[in-house]
Amino acid sequence: MQAIKASGLVKRYQKLTAVDDLHLEVMQGELFSLLGVNGAGKTTTIKMLTCLTRPSDGDATVGGFSITREPEQVKRLIGVSPQETAVAPNLSVRENLELICGIYGFSREKANARIRELSGQFDLETVLNRKAGKLSGGWQRRVSIAMALIGEPQILFLDEPTLGLDVIARHDLWDVIRLLKGRVTIILTTHYMEEAEALSDRIGIMKNGRLLDAGTAEEWKEKAQTADFETAFISIVREAAE
Amino acid sequence: MKMITFARRCAKEILRDPINLAFGLGFPLVLLLLLSAIQASIPVSMFEIDTLTPGLTVFGLSFMTLFSATLVAKDRETAFLQRLYTTPLTGRDFILGYMLPLLPIALCQTAVCYLAAIPLGLTVSIHVIDALIGIIPMAVFNIALGLLCGSLLGVKQVGGICGALLTNLSAWLSGVWFDLKLVGGFFAKAANILPFFHAVELEKALFSGNFALAGTHFWPVLLYSAWITVAAVLCFLRQMQKQ
Repeated sequence: MQAIKASGLVKRYQKLTAVDDLHLEVMQGELFSLLGVNGAGKTTTIKMLTCLTRPSDGDATVGGFSITREPEQVKRLIGVSPQETAVAPNLSVRENLELICGIYGFSREKANARIRELSGQFDLETVLNRKAGKLSGGWQRRVSIAMALIGEPQILFLDEPTLGLDVIARHDLWDVIRLLKGRVTIILTTHYMEEAEALSDRIGIMKNGRLLDAGTAEEWKEKAQTADFETAFISIVREAAE
Repeated sequence: MKMITFARRCAKEILRDPINLAFGLGFPLVLLLLLSAIQASIPVSMFEIDTLTPGLTVFGLSFMTLFSATLVAKDRETAFLQRLYTTPLTGRDFILGYMLPLLPIALCQTAVCYLAAIPLGLTVSIHVIDALIGIIPMAVFNIALGLLCGSLLGVKQVGGICGALLTNLSAWLSGVWFDLKLVGGFFAKAANILPFFHAVELEKALFSGNFALAGTHFWPVLLYSAWITVAAVLCFLRQMQKQ
């Protein structure tokens, strides 16, 4: 069953077309990565699919609901971890997590259970009572991703989730993402090729607002006739028509 | 419930900032003590406690603008608000969530000002309650103005415009420090057009139990409060859509 189906999505900002005629299907439980150089249209695509910005043309369904006509229903199904860390700085980590639980209408018992579960998954127990704004960038990112997950989303959008993390923290986060695979549909954008290759079921490559194609890392390597994915990505992006 | 959750978060963000507390509560109290000390040393009646205190409570509200504008601008500049826009929170939840927590803070600030003025010789009467209730329209004006500025400006600009310009406007054009009639001319006319002078006169009239006079100053404050609230709501919703 499709979790996301985009049909001819377009986003124009005055003369600039940030996303151009995007057609995309992501199956339930799939981890789909969106790759592309800066300005390729990845973040704009995520912004449209998460109802942050309205498409100039076309439509998409997320969890069966239209992003243009039923954004309220879409918002109940999704969790988003934006590119920048997004935490309330003067609130403790626990209070940040409670805030999201409250917004999704969880009972106190359910909120506590979810906080326990997520704290264990992200090793947050030691920082639960510390102010989020006082934590290091790596910890803040963990909290930010935990906040995206605590509402029990069916579809999770991770916009460059490991940006700025050290290698250990990055691998720890990969482990968490692997745990979610199959249970939650995940849309991931990243600039790290090894991350996309290690985690994704399928990878879509964007250039100048257009989705060039989507396939597994192996399929991309085969297509580019290269041994490693990074070389395949470079070759495909360079060869794609302007 | 969603709105209450968000409002609680906003209250915590404001109250946990020591600079907010220092300026919001501390500054009007320091002025109260300082001007009372000056009054005690001069032979003419300039800063009588019964007229100074209602004026200072109105001046103190300008910090509510700074608080709400800074909070909204900070949330906009970080990805925090963007994250919340992808949740089931609606525009109404955001607007009420930002505005409501500041109302009890404004009332507390006003009450603290009146309480601090009692040992300095303030005439205590039941009309303090009237003055406390009567400050609500001006408090709404200041909070909504903060929402408006926070929706349009960045954190640095908010600091300059709400922190410096507005507090000065509120101070000079309100008649707290001197009788505007003595200055007259354009200055008095400008003060009469803006809400600050009317808010101070309303507060003074309510405190002294002069309800007839209070009535004449109530409507300009209420009208300003209403149109700034409408403008703030429209601007906030517009920037929300622009995301």
